[in-house]
Amino acid sequence: MTELSKTGSAVGEPVAAAGDSAARTSFLDVRDLKVHFPTDDGIVKSVDGLSFALDKGETLCIVGESGSGKSVTSLAIMGLHRLGARGKNVQMHGEIWLDGKELISAPPQDVRRLRGRDMAMIFQDPLSAMHPYYTVGTQIVEAYRVHNDVSRKVARTRAIELLDRVGIPEPAKRVDSYPHEFSGGMRQRAMIAMSLANNPSLLIADEPTTALDVTVQAQILDLIRDLQKEFESAVVLITHDLGVVAEIADQVLVMYGGRCVERGPVDEVFAQPQHPYTWGLLGSMPRIDREQTDRLTPVKGQPPSLINVPSGCAFHPRCPYADVPKDNVTRTQRPELELADGGHWSACHLSTEDRTRIWTEEIAPKL
Amino acid sequence: MISYIIRRVIAAVILLLVVTAVTFCIFFLLPRLAGQTADQLAQQYIGKSPSAADVAAVKHNLGLDQPVYEQYWHFIKGIVTGADYHFGPTTLHCNAPCFGYSFKNHVAVWPELTQRLPVTASLAIGAAVIWLLSGVTIGVISALRPGSLFDRAFMGVALTGVSMPMFFTGQLALLLFTYQWPIFGRTYVPFTENPAQWANTLIPAWCSLALLYSAIYARLTRSGMLETMNEDFIRTARAKGLHERTVVGRHGLRAALTPIITVFGMDFGLLLGGAVITEKVFSLHGVGEYAVQGITDNDLPKVLGVTLLAAFFVVLFNLLVDLLYAAADPRVRLS
Amino acid sequence: MRRSTIAAVAAIGSVSLMLAGCSKADNGSGGGKSDAKANAATTGVVNASTHKGGTVTYAMSDVPDSFDPGNTYYAYMYNFSRLYARPLMTFAPGPGQKGNKLVPDLASGPGKSSDGGKTWTYTIRKGLKYQDGTPITSKDVKYAVERSNFARDVLSLGPNYFQQFLQNPDHYKGPYKDKSAKGLASIGTPDDNTIVFHLNRPFQEFDYLVASPQTAPVPQSKDDGVDYVKHIVSSGSYQFQSYQEGKQAVLVRNKNWDPKTDPLRKQYPDKIVVNLKVNQSTIDKDLQAGDTLIDMQGTGVAQQTQAQLINDSQKKANTDNAYGGRLVYMAINTKLKPFDNVQCRKAVEYAVNKVSVQTALGGPIRGDVATTILPPDIPGYEKTDMYATPGNKGDVAKAKDALKACGKKTINTTITARSDRQSEVDSATAVIEALKKVGINASMKQYPSGKYFTDYAGVPKFNQKNNVGLMMMQWGADWPSGYGFLQQILNSAAISDSGNTNLSQLTDKDVDKMLAQAISEPDLAARNKLYAQIDKKAMDDAAIVPLTYFKVLLYRSPYATNMVSSSAWSGQYDYLNVGTTKK
Repeated sequence: MTELSKTGSAVGEPVAAAGDSAARTSFLDVRDLKVHFPTDDGIVKSVDGLSFALDKGETLCIVGESGSGKSVTSLAIMGLHRLGARGKNVQMHGEIWLDGKELISAPPQDVRRLRGRDMAMIFQDPLSAMHPYYTVGTQIVEAYRVHNDVSRKVARTRAIELLDRVGIPEPAKRVDSYPHEFSGGMRQRAMIAMSLANNPSLLIADEPTTALDVTVQAQILDLIRDLQKEFESAVVLITHDLGVVAEIADQVLVMYGGRCVERGPVDEVFAQPQHPYTWGLLGSMPRIDREQTDRLTPVKGQPPSLINVPSGCAFHPRCPYADVPKDNVTRTQRPELELADGGHWSACHLSTEDRTRIWTEEIAPKL
Repeated sequence: MISYIIRRVIAAVILLLVVTAVTFCIFFLLPRLAGQTADQLAQQYIGKSPSAADVAAVKHNLGLDQPVYEQYWHFIKGIVTGADYHFGPTTLHCNAPCFGYSFKNHVAVWPELTQRLPVTASLAIGAAVIWLLSGVTIGVISALRPGSLFDRAFMGVALTGVSMPMFFTGQLALLLFTYQWPIFGRTYVPFTENPAQWANTLIPAWCSLALLYSAIYARLTRSGMLETMNEDFIRTARAKGLHERTVVGRHGLRAALTPIITVFGMDFGLLLGGAVITEKVFSLHGVGEYAVQGITDNDLPKVLGVTLLAAFFVVLFNLLVDLLYAAADPRVRLS
Repeated sequence: MRRSTIAAVAAIGSVSLMLAGCSKADNGSGGGKSDAKANAATTGVVNASTHKGGTVTYAMSDVPDSFDPGNTYYAYMYNFSRLYARPLMTFAPGPGQKGNKLVPDLASGPGKSSDGGKTWTYTIRKGLKYQDGTPITSKDVKYAVERSNFARDVLSLGPNYFQQFLQNPDHYKGPYKDKSAKGLASIGTPDDNTIVFHLNRPFQEFDYLVASPQTAPVPQSKDDGVDYVKHIVSSGSYQFQSYQEGKQAVLVRNKNWDPKTDPLRKQYPDKIVVNLKVNQSTIDKDLQAGDTLIDMQGTGVAQQTQAQLINDSQKKANTDNAYGGRLVYMAINTKLKPFDNVQCRKAVEYAVNKVSVQTALGGPIRGDVATTILPPDIPGYEKTDMYATPGNKGDVAKAKDALKACGKKTINTTITARSDRQSEVDSATAVIEALKKVGINASMKQYPSGKYFTDYAGVPKFNQKNNVGLMMMQWGADWPSGYGFLQQILNSAAISDSGNTNLSQLTDKDVDKMLAQAISEPDLAARNKLYAQIDKKAMDDAAIVPLTYFKVLLYRSPYATNMVSSSAWSGQYDYLNVGTTKK
């Protein structure tokens, strides 16, 4: 209860909305998260007011361009921004609730104990993400032993078991291999094995398949899906690939300029996307059943500067429909998230009619 | 692995041959090309107003009457098989490895080098321990808190350390800690005789030499650590929930130290070839001092001996560094 | 138990007090404090003491060419080697010029000459023994001369005066090649106590020659050429306990040395240690701290120490600023146009500002302004100033007059200096400045000192080719006499194609004649008169521009006893009887 009272009621922050039962808090509940990095040029607002919630057994995909704040969000949940030389400077606001515990205000030691045990992370490039000087086994053993007071031998058995579980052949042998001796896919499997060492209830995967080729991609996604089922964990998967989203997500969250522009169940969002940026993303999706030439034009222009975010709708400089007439809206007004049917949220000044018309008439046929 | 080492050793031998050949040329060929005759060369190793017969005899004894390549060949042969020298009533036999006899005072070079090496090694090892410990520690602490007061203060000190010449810091250390407050001993005592005395007399020299190097190593470690701590695998280590000290020590430092080992191997090898100025300032009778003696006396065998020894150590430590590198970084394969 | 310990301590304390009292009573100036004034050791014995015991520590920044008495050429080794190698004659320990007095050492008296100075006979003392107890005979002295002068391919570092002056019609090849029992025919040993030298020309200063360590006896059975240095057999009051090449030599008392055979040596300290290759500033500090008693090279303290010493009246009292038997000068090439004209040379004599040169060389501490070729501490010196200029600062008018007399308005020439001797380069610069004022334009060429004589200034052809008219130079005598000093730099016979030391290439028949006359003149006073005349004649020839009489600043340790700065050793302390008040 006291936890909720802390939330406040920011405008347009719908997740812990008053309507929901106050007693029921999601397993992962991010509320008005802001992650700001002061630099010499100004404050980089990588994440600027993001909220979402996720339950165990659910998969949330966060999509967006590079620099939209997806990775920063995931690192913020893990509490990794605050570590290291530059950790002091990071400004974090808002709340992150994980299984009833608030992480931003928690002492660093407490968060460290959660890391790797209750929440684990899979990184994009397993080659650089694994230490080149230690064997895969050593690194898994280390991950296990830091949270479990067991002997090296027990931990090693566990490591082999994990490698076996993620589908690495001859795990008893490969446990002593170095990361560079693995293929890309195997490495990512090993990375996953490492993150699963302590059966985390939250698994964050930051573009886990980007560095892999297509067939391996599918295998890894299958693996994540299987494991999720097995361990009943919540999965946050960060990607810029809507194909991945379609395959794995329950929920999807589209980020732009450090904010959420559209969020909802994956079927809803894919069937009836509400935001021009989401349209653009869908348009830039490569499809095998389509000629390259008549592809719908992807989003033009550059991602916005996170220091001087465009006023009003951050997407408006790139929005093809910025000039569509809108009622009672000025350019400097920022669109807030609004709920449509089926738990589908979006933040756009276009009227619902315009959006439906543009989607059905202009966009969908070309996809 | 074995074949790798064999190949490296062969390469090292060739390199050493080239080094000696170049040294030989500098001493013998260049003056000859500049028009100096063997007689004039021989005259440098004989007293005042020598007779022509004296010069001829000295020239013959030192082998200066032979073509340069033949002299070189004799030198190389001496290293492998030993050599005989005819100075005076008895024939002096110089056992392999024979680095020749000093032209000036007819003392065999090799025993001199082996006698002096422990002094130089004492200096180098002690200084190396100090500078590695202090340099790496300061570097790591600075890197973990870049821009902090500690970082700025120590990097300032490091810059001063690098820019201060040995003959200044050395003299200062001598003046303060050996004369003003006589804490430390003055004359070198071999380790085998009295380890405590040994350390006591060497501390000012170690510290002066280490000041120079630890400054360099602190900066080196700092930049290496800064870079490493930004690596993805550090993020992974933290994501595992490891203690920060484990992250820094086991993951960060391990990777940051590898390039330092390389530099260290070179530095240490070179130092074993003689820390000329330090030995001079602290009156240590080491290899470097011997080289200076050889150069001032125009005494080729001394210079040649030290050059060869220094080159040998540099090559040896390069090989060791490569082996160590392979042991440290599993990605490196020796082939 | 406890009681007796205290008593023992008290007893030891009082004994040492007594000892201290005794030594005080003994010499009146022990205990490390000396009330001697600056330069005291150049006029008298400082800390005269018969106190025995202790260790006298020497240190030097370099290494000696060799400790082998037959293979060295350094004044300090001539001085030091007498502790373990007794030459036939030596110099009596005495301050300043009193140190120039020759006294018999191994010999029982000075040499007796016959045949107009061509034959010299010495009788050596009876009862002399080596450190191993074997007797010393005149044959050992003969052998020592043979090995040091006739086997220069083996022992090359000493001078070869004996080779030059002894008759040798059979071209004796030295003891290492010529194994015959006879050896060099011109040295006779009619019995074990007599040695006779047969010279190829009259040489009245032969006593000086046999004062060289080359006459110190060497047992042939123990000689192995260059390796002899590792196990020198002592004939003096000390013997080697250990010797580490380039590092350290330790000498201890020689038990077989008999004081009855030796009026000179006193064997005061128990031990003598020589530390080699010690940094000069470290030596200076150790001297002041009392850890080193003597800077063996005796070339003076380092530049920075000098400033400290002379600005501190207390420290200055412990210094001796002595002549080093050495002249700093500039040779004028008498064979190079236009300096072949004496007037042109005189122009140079008048033009040079000796005060600015002196300043460049380090000021009065490093030398007095010189006006003669012979320095004041060499017998034969007579004070004159042929080319006097106001305040020694040069006389432009007289110089220009001389130049006019020479028929020149301007002269372009080259001056050489040794690149690794900064003060020499600086003094050459001062000379150039002064010469410019009278119209002589000299440009400096610098060469390394190691090759200065063999390849550059000492090669007349080189000088001719490169228009070298002026050459910076320093000269000290091998023995303290006018002949020893002047012969090598003024005698026309000394001119050689390479390694020439008569840089002026002076060929003055009068000079040559007077030199020959002097060396065959048995009377010392008459000889000295001739040296003064030669000096004047050469100055008249304007072959040499004397710049300064070289001086050294020595730190005299207050702990060292029997300290005299002797002219015979270029101002060094006489090392024969230095003792210590330190325990």
